[in-house]
Amino acid sequence: MLDLPILSFLIWLPVIGGIGVLIVGDRFGAKQFALGIALLTFLFSLPLYGSFDRSTAAMQFVEFLPWVETFRINYHLGVDGISMPLILLNTFITVLVVIAGWEVIKYRVSQYMAAFLVMEGLVNGVFASLDAMLFYIFFEAMLIPLFLIIGVWGGSRRVYASFKFFLYTFFGSVFLLISLIYLYQLGGSFAVADLQKLPIERMPQILIFLSFLLAFGVKVPMWPVHTWLPDAHVEAPTGGSVILAAITLKVGGYAFLRFALPIVPDAAAQLDWLVLLMSLTAVVYIGFVALVQQDMKKLVAYSSIAHMGFVTLGFFLVYSIAEFAQGNTGANMSAAIMAVQGGMVQMVSHGFISGAMFLCIGVLYDRMHTREINAYGGVVNRMPVFAAFYVLFAMANTGLPGTSGFVGEFLVILASFSTNNVWIAMLAATTLIVGAAYTLWLVKRVIFGDIKNSAVAELQDINQREFIMLALLAGAVLLLGIWPQPLTDVMEVSIENLLVQALQSKVCIGAPVGGCL
Amino acid sequence: MEAIYTAIPLASLFGAIVAGLFGKKIGRAGAHWVTILGVAVAFLLSVVVAYDVMSNGNTYNGTVYTWAVIGDIRFEVGFLLDNLSTMMMLVVTFVSLMVHIYTIGYMHEDPGYQRFFSYISLFTFSMLMLVMSNNFMQLFFGWEAVGLVSYLLIGFWFKKETAIFANMKAFLVNRVGDFGFLLGIAAIVTFYQTLDYQEVFDVLHIAKSPLVLLPGVETELLTFIAVCLFIGAMGKSAQVPLHVWLPDSMEGPTPISALIHAATMVTAGIFMVARMSPIFEMSDTALNLILVVGATTAFFMGLIGVVQNDIKRVVAYSTLSQLGYMTVALGASAYSAAVFHLMTHAFFKALLFLAAGSVIIAMHHEQDIRKMGGLKKYMPITYWTSLIGSLALIGFPGFSGFFSKDLIIEAVHHSDQAAAGYAYVLVLLGVFVTAFYSFRMFFLVFHGEERMDDHTMHHLHESPWVVTLPLIMLAIPSVLAGYFLDPMVVGDFFKGVIHVNDQAHGFVKEDNPLVSAHLSIQEISAGYHGVMGFILHGLMAPPFWLAMSGLAAAWYVYMKNDSIADWAYERFRWLHSLLDNKYYVDDFNQKVFAKGSLNLGNSLWSLGERLVIDGLIVNGSAKVVGWFAGVARHLQTGYLYHYAFSMVVGILLMITWFLFFN
Repeated sequence: MLDLPILSFLIWLPVIGGIGVLIVGDRFGAKQFALGIALLTFLFSLPLYGSFDRSTAAMQFVEFLPWVETFRINYHLGVDGISMPLILLNTFITVLVVIAGWEVIKYRVSQYMAAFLVMEGLVNGVFASLDAMLFYIFFEAMLIPLFLIIGVWGGSRRVYASFKFFLYTFFGSVFLLISLIYLYQLGGSFAVADLQKLPIERMPQILIFLSFLLAFGVKVPMWPVHTWLPDAHVEAPTGGSVILAAITLKVGGYAFLRFALPIVPDAAAQLDWLVLLMSLTAVVYIGFVALVQQDMKKLVAYSSIAHMGFVTLGFFLVYSIAEFAQGNTGANMSAAIMAVQGGMVQMVSHGFISGAMFLCIGVLYDRMHTREINAYGGVVNRMPVFAAFYVLFAMANTGLPGTSGFVGEFLVILASFSTNNVWIAMLAATTLIVGAAYTLWLVKRVIFGDIKNSAVAELQDINQREFIMLALLAGAVLLLGIWPQPLTDVMEVSIENLLVQALQSKVCIGAPVGGCL
Repeated sequence: MEAIYTAIPLASLFGAIVAGLFGKKIGRAGAHWVTILGVAVAFLLSVVVAYDVMSNGNTYNGTVYTWAVIGDIRFEVGFLLDNLSTMMMLVVTFVSLMVHIYTIGYMHEDPGYQRFFSYISLFTFSMLMLVMSNNFMQLFFGWEAVGLVSYLLIGFWFKKETAIFANMKAFLVNRVGDFGFLLGIAAIVTFYQTLDYQEVFDVLHIAKSPLVLLPGVETELLTFIAVCLFIGAMGKSAQVPLHVWLPDSMEGPTPISALIHAATMVTAGIFMVARMSPIFEMSDTALNLILVVGATTAFFMGLIGVVQNDIKRVVAYSTLSQLGYMTVALGASAYSAAVFHLMTHAFFKALLFLAAGSVIIAMHHEQDIRKMGGLKKYMPITYWTSLIGSLALIGFPGFSGFFSKDLIIEAVHHSDQAAAGYAYVLVLLGVFVTAFYSFRMFFLVFHGEERMDDHTMHHLHESPWVVTLPLIMLAIPSVLAGYFLDPMVVGDFFKGVIHVNDQAHGFVKEDNPLVSAHLSIQEISAGYHGVMGFILHGLMAPPFWLAMSGLAAAWYVYMKNDSIADWAYERFRWLHSLLDNKYYVDDFNQKVFAKGSLNLGNSLWSLGERLVIDGLIVNGSAKVVGWFAGVARHLQTGYLYHYAFSMVVGILLMITWFLFFN
């Protein structure tokens, strides 16, 4: 294999390319230039999958450069089976987002495109960082382009939404910074691998865990720190919504796996009930809230929160499953792997499905300039091709087998039964009913029925550009649903390794978590 | 052979994809040819496979591809081909083929012609995946996929508000069932560490500790699993109280009512329970629940059929009632009888629906039987095939339904379960009701005075051959399929496939202290002496006389003396309105579940989201910051002497601190 610094390429190509787009400006084909960069980045990300060694949990494609030597902060990059699929998701979705903004964005096109490219590079940085400080910098820097996207190209209440979004997430990450500094004081290193090995007493662990929970929980977002998301979605332009739902939310989930579970396992084991409670609330409570939304984007935003509830549910089930496995002969850790696999697949799948749902809403919004569900009705009469896509994505959103939406939910629900409390599984499984209710009711009101008004009667079906982006996502949704093994296979070893770390006590070395309470 | 197995579902999937994606290009004829070809191939290959499995005993249990491997658990797509699944494949592909042909005639004016063919082929694929599955995940896939196609087809005429309400309702009610179904599967994976049917069945005998539902509330694990799986079956096979979606599903075009909502999809629940017989046999609690639910459905849904005037809805309630019979058979551990009735019912009920469709075309899409009458002379083929279907339905001796229904009633009679008494009374009464509503409809449609308007009457004629051919093709097995009772129920056709706690399966009471013996079928088989003997015995048994009196009553009331109907209507108006409102179950669901959910959602939205989280906490803290900044701003006056003064005070305080406290 060639020894190219692929990860650096994936970070800096879009960032520099984005700056290039800014310099080129609106006159000379900023769009084509941006699309070229996005496609090139996507192509460069493919070898990550192709040359990935599935048999090891060690970091691959590692790059290391000393950076701030006083504080031992290093430019240290690498991916394992957990972060690699998310980078691919990011490079794939960015291509679609560039296409989605093609004819829609009328002013400051080059700046719009540049923002998304820079965003792409920064998010790749988040997923590839093996140094906690580097991670933190990307984690924070990522807010800037998104803040601009919402604040400049957003809807009428964009200022409120963008500030709310920024302050909310910034508030969370302050605690992350404090925790990282504390960990540096304790162990003298910002390297994630060192932090994962660092022994930490119980009380500091709990405080660190709580600040992680706040920092990452806001990003996911978890109930009850989720209310920035619906506002941000409603005001964001289509591309912004897609990136927000498909990519940004994944950063929170990813960070739980990279930081919370392995660095403070004892605290995670002790407070897992809190996260489970928050996740199940997201599934049930948010489901009912989604049911009564009048604004399509808000509805899909709430549905996002409910679906991300399965991610955190899956990740934090591992402690209950470990406890259950001790008490039941025959039960083993397969369920724990299943839970984390489920959460991860759910993240990738949610990237496709929520991205597709927001693109679909964008297609309608571009034509009708309203997101009110009541303004629609009978769209299928005028836009049959679009309606077929919409129904497919809606079905994926309800977790229909054969679509990617099924895989994650199915694995998490199966795993959630392997605990001593059957109510976790029962509450999680209510998504089958509630999720179907809000999604199908949306479809019924928007897509089906007779043509409701003169505006709907004049709708034009999707054009080639829109067809391509929806078809790509449809292909991804079906492929992952029919054959998830290519994804689960690359994650398997890394997840097994993660579970070893997450279930090993750091308070009393050598014992399992909770072993010497 | 593996290639052939895989080709069977893929043939119909191929047709569905071509007709669905390229419908415009290949045109209407192209769409029906490619799908019919696909299903015909699936049918012929099914015949080949069925012959191989049934005659040569070449059963197959293998994997097609690995979906994912997670931990020690393999998620696979694979086939289990034995007598049960190949029989189902024959029924599914045959009825589907008939419906495909019929659709050419029924839908020929519809603008969604290609889409319709694509959907019904997709349905055939999904149903085949369901019945051919060898594991729970694929079963769930097929289960939900047929639900999806059912959703698409009920709402096929998407401009009709009632249709798009009905399809959403169908999907959601089915999801309530799937909720239980998925939990059952989760419990199986948790405690048996595999999704493969055979691997699960092999380890069922290993005792497991009870499952704690609530502190202090425990249940046997297998009872929990069986009940959960049965909840799934209740949704799919429309058993009380999850039956509400099936009558509304009649909003869809008639061919799919025949294929999906009568012959195949709704029987998936019955098939599933029969397939899972080793699990259900381990729980008498679950079997009793099944008996109660099935008998309740069989009788009370049949009663509603008596007051329906829409030709399709009469047949729909009859389907509900017959599904109840099959469920009762499952509860009595007469799985083979249930599957046998499933098969005969598939033929005669598809026939009845397609005949109803033929009538509907002739009547220019009028479905009210009060506006029909005397169609016998205009539509002879439809008339005679309907008569065959109705006789089969009411269990007239010699017709297929007679054998299967009698077997069920006998099995309940022989059952030792606690709920068997209740079930027996209801299924007996149900026989009378079935005969009554069937022939009420039959007489009102085909006999008596012609009540349609003149325009319709002048255009009345028999349907084209694409419609009548399927009727004839279905009429044949509606008569003859019953004669398979010898191998299928009293013989050992399902030996090794369906498990019953009896001697034939090596059941020894002493070895299984937790479960009881279920000897109905064993006793029936012992008393069986040939088909003629069975018929003769049937002629003397109460079901026959109940059916005859039902038929006679329908004849008397609707042909001879229709003042009785008016009198009964006046006299029992409360009963009529109870039945006409379907026991108010729909109203209850609408008020409690639909409205309740919306109210809950609204209150969570306005109280939880807007008032508490966003209002108090988020914007509240922003306001507090703003307020605090407003106060703090007063400190920043800009006057030099204010700053100087505070500096002096500060220095004084610091000096005091250092002097006195350090």
